[in-house]
Amino acid sequence: MSKILKVEGLTKHFPGRKHSLFGKRDIVQAVDGLNFEVETGEAIGLVGESGCGKSTTGRLITRLLEPTSGSIEFNGKDITHLSNAQMRPIRADLQIIFQDPYASLNPRHTVGTIVASPFRIGGIEPEGGTKKRVQELLEIVGLNPEHYNRYPHEFSGGQRQRIGIARALALRPKLIVADEPVSALDVSIQAQVINLLKDLQKQFDIAFIFIAHDLAVVRHFAQRVAVMYLGNIVEIADRDTLYSNPKHPYTKALLSAVPEVDPDAIGSRERIRLTGDVPNPINPPSGCRFRTRCWKAQEICASNPPELIQIGMSQVACHFPE
Amino acid sequence: MFNYLLRRIVSGIIVLGIVSAIVFGIFFILPADPARLSCGKTCSEEQIVKIRHALELDQTLPIQYGRYLKGIFVGRTYLKGTTAELHCSAPCLGYSFQTDQPVTQLLKDRLPATASIAFGASILWLLLGLSSGIISALRRGTWVDKFSQGVALGAASLQIYFVGLVLQFIFVNKLAWLPAPGYSSPLHYPVDWAKQMALPWITLAFLLSAIYSRLTRAGMIEIMGEDYVRTARAKGLNNRTINLKHVLRGAITPIVTVFGLDLGGLLGGAVITEYVFNIPGLGKLSTDAVANLDLPVITGTVIFSAFFIIVANVLVDLLYAALDPKVRIQ
Amino acid sequence: MSNFLEVKNLSVSFPTEDGVVRAVDNLSFTLEKGKTLGIVGESGSGKSVTSLAILGLHKGSSAEVSGQILIDGQDINAKPETDVRLLRGKLMSMIFQDALAALHPYYTVGNQIAEAYLVHNKVSKSVAKKRAIEMLDRVGIPNPQKRINDFPHQFSGGMRQRAMIAMALSCNPSLLIADEPTTALDVTVQAQIIDLLRDLQKEFNTAIILITHDLGVVAETADDILLMYAGKEIEYGTVRDVLQKPQHPYGWGLLTSIPRLTGDPNKSLAAIPGTPPSLISVPSGCAFHPRCSYVSRVGTACSATIPELLPVTSGAHHLVRCHLDATAREEIFKNQVGPNL
Repeated sequence: MSKILKVEGLTKHFPGRKHSLFGKRDIVQAVDGLNFEVETGEAIGLVGESGCGKSTTGRLITRLLEPTSGSIEFNGKDITHLSNAQMRPIRADLQIIFQDPYASLNPRHTVGTIVASPFRIGGIEPEGGTKKRVQELLEIVGLNPEHYNRYPHEFSGGQRQRIGIARALALRPKLIVADEPVSALDVSIQAQVINLLKDLQKQFDIAFIFIAHDLAVVRHFAQRVAVMYLGNIVEIADRDTLYSNPKHPYTKALLSAVPEVDPDAIGSRERIRLTGDVPNPINPPSGCRFRTRCWKAQEICASNPPELIQIGMSQVACHFPE
Repeated sequence: MFNYLLRRIVSGIIVLGIVSAIVFGIFFILPADPARLSCGKTCSEEQIVKIRHALELDQTLPIQYGRYLKGIFVGRTYLKGTTAELHCSAPCLGYSFQTDQPVTQLLKDRLPATASIAFGASILWLLLGLSSGIISALRRGTWVDKFSQGVALGAASLQIYFVGLVLQFIFVNKLAWLPAPGYSSPLHYPVDWAKQMALPWITLAFLLSAIYSRLTRAGMIEIMGEDYVRTARAKGLNNRTINLKHVLRGAITPIVTVFGLDLGGLLGGAVITEYVFNIPGLGKLSTDAVANLDLPVITGTVIFSAFFIIVANVLVDLLYAALDPKVRIQ
Repeated sequence: MSNFLEVKNLSVSFPTEDGVVRAVDNLSFTLEKGKTLGIVGESGSGKSVTSLAILGLHKGSSAEVSGQILIDGQDINAKPETDVRLLRGKLMSMIFQDALAALHPYYTVGNQIAEAYLVHNKVSKSVAKKRAIEMLDRVGIPNPQKRINDFPHQFSGGMRQRAMIAMALSCNPSLLIADEPTTALDVTVQAQIIDLLRDLQKEFNTAIILITHDLGVVAETADDILLMYAGKEIEYGTVRDVLQKPQHPYGWGLLTSIPRLTGDPNKSLAAIPGTPPSLISVPSGCAFHPRCSYVSRVGTACSATIPELLPVTSGAHHLVRCHLDATAREEIFKNQVGPNL
């Protein structure tokens, strides 16, 4: 298998506010030194709570944001600091789907125009004409091809997300970053979109980075899962290992916090309750960033940031893994 | 908070500097020649050159501007070394040779009348605008709302000179309830002052309160749909508390902003109002100066009103911080 | 035990330019003190409209509310606004999904909690302030003496929801309505808030109505579940009944379509086709029939007549609104739904 994406030391620091006229500006450490790889056609999940940097990571990889440091290698090419113009030919292979299906579609454009936009921007004339190809795409994502001339507001939330997916698929990308693609949708619609994305991933052999806060959703989509906390990856493992045998205390706590639907299973599960909130990324805790909420924390956790190392089947960044 | 204040004041001063430079530059390139204008019709070229030199008009623009700025801070002396030496003490905004007075003195003399108009009218229009806006919002869709918003729309589309002259005709000329508008010192003749100011106040307030009424109504209605107003109802608060403490408090910020800017603008000279009612304020001073091409006075009044607008802007920003904790605590 | 809350034939409709929206249609349910009822449904199912009706918050709006809402024997719907106002916050209170929007941005958290206490208690401001500190402390906000002076935007999401809870419980109401209280929160914070609500319920014997779309959250907190679809109750019973032996095809669909942490993750989720209906044009007959996979088993009745809400077996407390007969439901559940759970 070949690697479609290789991320090394990826870091994004946002400028925060200044405390005084000539004082130093705060730095929001949104993403701090990520290392991971994605294989061709692989679906990897990126999970974590708000503020963990998962969405920023997605935007860095698709180069909607400029990385502060580190490198991004896509399809064998270093794209870390490419300009917009240099990125244009690469965008055909690297697409993004957003959470809010309404905000990401231009309300004044028809569905046909929206889905055809990658062809227009890339100056590509698909075989058989743009219209035919767009209608094929609409069909692939389960929309009526005759709705080509309708506007986004005429569609429901789930259908709008399908429009976004069709647009992302237009140029047959090699990697799609899906940023919370189902979290704005009703429960009964979520499953439809997850199934659709899964089918497309298999059918077209597209690699996916699936960004979500919902661990159960990620479990149904990704083959490998990375857990993020405060700008760091704390654990990466293949799905079955991660869900059945979490090594990082945070992963464990996260899994135990997911509400259980089966009333009989509720009592039988181990319950870990984290206290407090996620610390401020402007001034993250020294050493291991999770230590302030961790029940296993020792002195070393405050002094040394743990490296992401291989333990059994998982890569874990913890001084005291399970 | 202190930093915020400091930043706002510093940026205000910078803006004022830029504005004054631009104003100064514009009048410099104007074809009107102050030397010729202050000399009168029968004036030889020789005399004009002399005057030009005396007024330092033969210097380059940067030097003139530099001396002007210096005059603001330390004062300056015109016609130095001659028998006609003129001292203009700081803050010196130039010297009007047509009226033979320092511009600063002119501004000082005219400010009270303008301030009387501005403060009196603003209190009136705030009261009128806020109350009719609140009532309209609370009685949305009823005839009270429709009537008051109809009046507001009508008033907003009228002009000061029209309303002003009609009111003057009715109350001064026909009914003779009020004296002709003008200005007397409120310290010495408070009753005359109020009577003479009544028409300008009413006219301005009538027109401006229309805008405030619509602004208040729209703001209140928007805030009524906010989640936190629903929370206030869910707590069991009575309507009075909900509307005044929760809704109005949420809607007041933009109104305060507009109010500050309007007041600041008015203090620089209620040009049309003063002209219509013939009140010797800053606005009248500037229209007269324009009519006579009295350049030092024009420059002075423009910079002076820019000063008020910039001060109002800074004050509005500070008020904004006082009203909105999200701005204050950041 | 007697029912503390009894809702009988509640209907709420809104006249709009496009026609009358029947947001809630003939809803009936009961709730005892110290128990939790989960009202579950998707957007537009009428669950939030129901909760606002129980607080009497539709009064003074264009909404038409009919039926009875008996809280401790007092009919909220029959009382005038002036009387209901005095009960709000004291007898029944409410917390909302988005605590940042639900708290006034310009007043301190302490001020807002004290205000809620002052409405119903004739005490001095300093007593109310003490109460605010006590409540913040009770809901687990560290350093409450200081934090009462903070504004909502200075709190984290979880703390804001705690502050909302503190405010809602400041007058010891007997009924608390929680409208999607954890939806906007992260999972670890959600778990904290669920625990907190459960603890407080035990302590104060509060009746709780939990409005949510999340079956996991109901399963962990509720005693009974009311499943709503297009303004109607379609299934009503204990948590065990509804989640383990669901009777309505919509309930089956929900249970099989949600991703879980157990079971085979490689299998496709059994999604419900189509989208929830618009309340302006609710499908005829059973509102769920255009999305239902079992219409062919019943025939035209599904699109022609609205099924009645009937006990699953005679005398049972578990009610369902479906044209499928009991044996057909049992057979489908056993062969088609069960294997997907």
